[in-house]
Amino acid sequence: MDNHQSSSHPDTRRQLQMARSMCWHCQSEVTGEYFCDRCVKVQPVSKETDYFTCLGFPRRLMLDPQKLEAKFYELSRTFHPDFYQTKSADEQTISLSNAAVLNTAYRTLRAPIQRAEYLLALETGSVKDIRTSPPADLFEEILELQDTLEEYRASDRDSDQGHRLRSTLQTEQEALERRKHEMEAQLQQLFADWDKLQDAGEATSLARVERDRILKQMRDLLSNRTYVNNIVNDLAATIA
Amino acid sequence: MARIVGIDLGTTNSLVAYMKDGQPCVVPDRNGRTMVPSVVALTDNGLIVGDSAKEHLTRNPERTVYSVKRFMGKGLADVQNELAYFPYHVTETGGVIRIRLGQKSYSPPQISAMILKELKLRAEASLGESITKAVITVPAYFNDSQRQATKDAGLIAGLEVLRIINEPTAASLAYGLQQKTQGTIAVYDFGGGTFDISILKLKDGIFEVLATSGDTHLGGDDLDRVLVDLFIGDIRDRYGIDVGRYPDHMQTVRLEAERAKIRLSDELKTEITIELPEDKGLFTRELTRDQLESLVAGIIERTLAPCRIALKDAGLTPTDIDEVVLVGGSTRMPLVRQRVEALFGKQPHCHLNPDEVVALGAAVQADILSGGTTDMLLLDVTPLSLGIETMGGVMSSLIRRNTTIPASAKEMFTTYVDGQTGVDIHILQGERELVKDNRSLARFRLKVPPLPAGIPRIEVTFLIDANGILNVTATDMRTGQSQSIEVKPSYGLSDTEVERMIEDSFKFAAEDVNARKLIEARLDAEALLKTTNKSLVDAGHLISQEEAHSIRATLAQLSNATGGTDPRAIRTRMTELEQAAKHLNVVMLDDSLKNSLHGKKVSELS
Repeated sequence: MDNHQSSSHPDTRRQLQMARSMCWHCQSEVTGEYFCDRCVKVQPVSKETDYFTCLGFPRRLMLDPQKLEAKFYELSRTFHPDFYQTKSADEQTISLSNAAVLNTAYRTLRAPIQRAEYLLALETGSVKDIRTSPPADLFEEILELQDTLEEYRASDRDSDQGHRLRSTLQTEQEALERRKHEMEAQLQQLFADWDKLQDAGEATSLARVERDRILKQMRDLLSNRTYVNNIVNDLAATIA
Repeated sequence: MARIVGIDLGTTNSLVAYMKDGQPCVVPDRNGRTMVPSVVALTDNGLIVGDSAKEHLTRNPERTVYSVKRFMGKGLADVQNELAYFPYHVTETGGVIRIRLGQKSYSPPQISAMILKELKLRAEASLGESITKAVITVPAYFNDSQRQATKDAGLIAGLEVLRIINEPTAASLAYGLQQKTQGTIAVYDFGGGTFDISILKLKDGIFEVLATSGDTHLGGDDLDRVLVDLFIGDIRDRYGIDVGRYPDHMQTVRLEAERAKIRLSDELKTEITIELPEDKGLFTRELTRDQLESLVAGIIERTLAPCRIALKDAGLTPTDIDEVVLVGGSTRMPLVRQRVEALFGKQPHCHLNPDEVVALGAAVQADILSGGTTDMLLLDVTPLSLGIETMGGVMSSLIRRNTTIPASAKEMFTTYVDGQTGVDIHILQGERELVKDNRSLARFRLKVPPLPAGIPRIEVTFLIDANGILNVTATDMRTGQSQSIEVKPSYGLSDTEVERMIEDSFKFAAEDVNARKLIEARLDAEALLKTTNKSLVDAGHLISQEEAHSIRATLAQLSNATGGTDPRAIRTRMTELEQAAKHLNVVMLDDSLKNSLHGKKVSELS
């Protein structure tokens, strides 16, 4: 099976979320959040709804995990198929797909890195760069590391040389992990900057420049971090 | 809404439970036994299930099926290296295992359906109403094929399976209901044939599974086999007999191994006694708990790796676990408890009966579905990553393991050749890189309108529902039209085959009912014969010789009738005997009253 392409990028069109729509069941106008006011039937979560809207949070990067979880639990109680067993087949289908969307939304927003990657895609309309070559400042270091890794894989693990290479790799792994943590700290700062800018809500050209700066830096940091993270995992697996 | 029962369809034993006044309770049989042995035997009077079938294990091993759960959703190649342990004949047709019983072959779902029917009848007899809906439990680590096979078994048994629920999470529901716990718990579920570990967060009535792992081929059966091998080796050394050549004696050895293992949970040493083939007498030996533990330590160790993986997947360390709950009969072994305690650094919780807790939890889930319980909600996960085959025989993951269900993933497909009308899709489950190392679930062909290459855009949605079962739908993005997909399961019954089996099961229902009535009548008759005989011995002197003679004559007639195959004849003879012995019983009662009153003052009687 060779002819598929990924479509996991979120919808990037900014939608007016409270757009008026009709109830699938009684055709009256739906003004309530998830249920028709008139016939009390559950309404499908719109395909255009982004995950922040789905969970009722603004597009911020420093979300309180407790509040996020509380909202997830609340909506799970609203949508979970367990509570639709006695309802019509249509309602059961809606509940199933709503619950699936909700679960994906929560999984994405729960992890800060994934949350930022998702927001970046929403804001800039593109999937994150997948780096295939090392970031410039790590270029030399990574090349050397690859050589050591090759050497270690070829060596007798129990020999003196094997032990020596292993300890070199361990030191390298620790250094890269520190590096990863530094990037995460920098990201944290960008997250705070982003939230501050959004809270201010200014539409000035200065604000636009700041927005673009944050998103650009975030994109670079996220892709470098992913690259380093993959190498750390690879290292850990090799010397485990 | 009609009542929904909860069923624990176990490798060794099965149970049915329901919710009564806000509390789950297990349905017992007339003798108060709650467990139905998961054994099906073909006798001269037809198929029988449970305790009476278990007796046929040694009498009629080739025609008595046990541990059929190990074969659910499997092909023959999956179980090749353990077939030698099973006395019944196992083959494969159309990717599904078939078990030969007499002239007919049965798929594992059909055998399981017989056990389910037995439970259904038991619940109907106890509740006095027809039961058509059920929640059935499966090991958390069961893959899609195994879950589907369980659902098929329910259908064949005439049950609408409203939910397939994971055993450890079911246990957590029963546990949470009683303990009102908040916090993080680990459920260690070591049963007859499978091992599961689930880590859950309990908060405000939400049971959120954080991670699950396990081994669907690791259980008490494997512990028994170690002992079986030990005893067989011993017998060969001492008597030069190869017990393996005698299926009936193999079962005797297996059952004694199981009993010895159970005894050694309470005792430090035990005596093994096994009757040898060809009237070679008895084989006896001593077995200590230490010996047993050193033999099975490796198997128990194998349960710890999934525990560590689940902890890691949940992003937790053992110290984050507030409580450890033990489920499944195998957790009665002291060594298991020690190893679990050592891993998690806390004493495991075992207040609930490990044999019943899963069925109780299934009843709680049934009550949630019927709208009875509204404050509890289970959020479970899919145990295995789901993906599709891509170029070079590599699996591309779509839904990662431990993703909360319902879960969905969308994938866009197009064509590479002008006018191509179909795209073949191969669905897999597993954690490995290469297709060949993962479990093939199903294949289907996506229909594509003939257009230039790259123009068609078909979106396929893979949805894992709350049962952990995959549903596939496809939409043509150009026309917005959805297409139905006929998925061909790699290791499962096709829909038409399931339908035929449902029909068969109704066709043979009459035969089955007769066989069942006969067995019940015989059991009741035996009980009546026993008590009447005892009454004659105890109180025969209180009645006339003629009366005693007439009772003995009726007794002999009933005894005769139990040898026949007509349940109604047995019942008639029973009524006759009851009539004949009526006076005797009255006389006995009077006599015992007189004796108990003897020597008491009248004033003490009021």
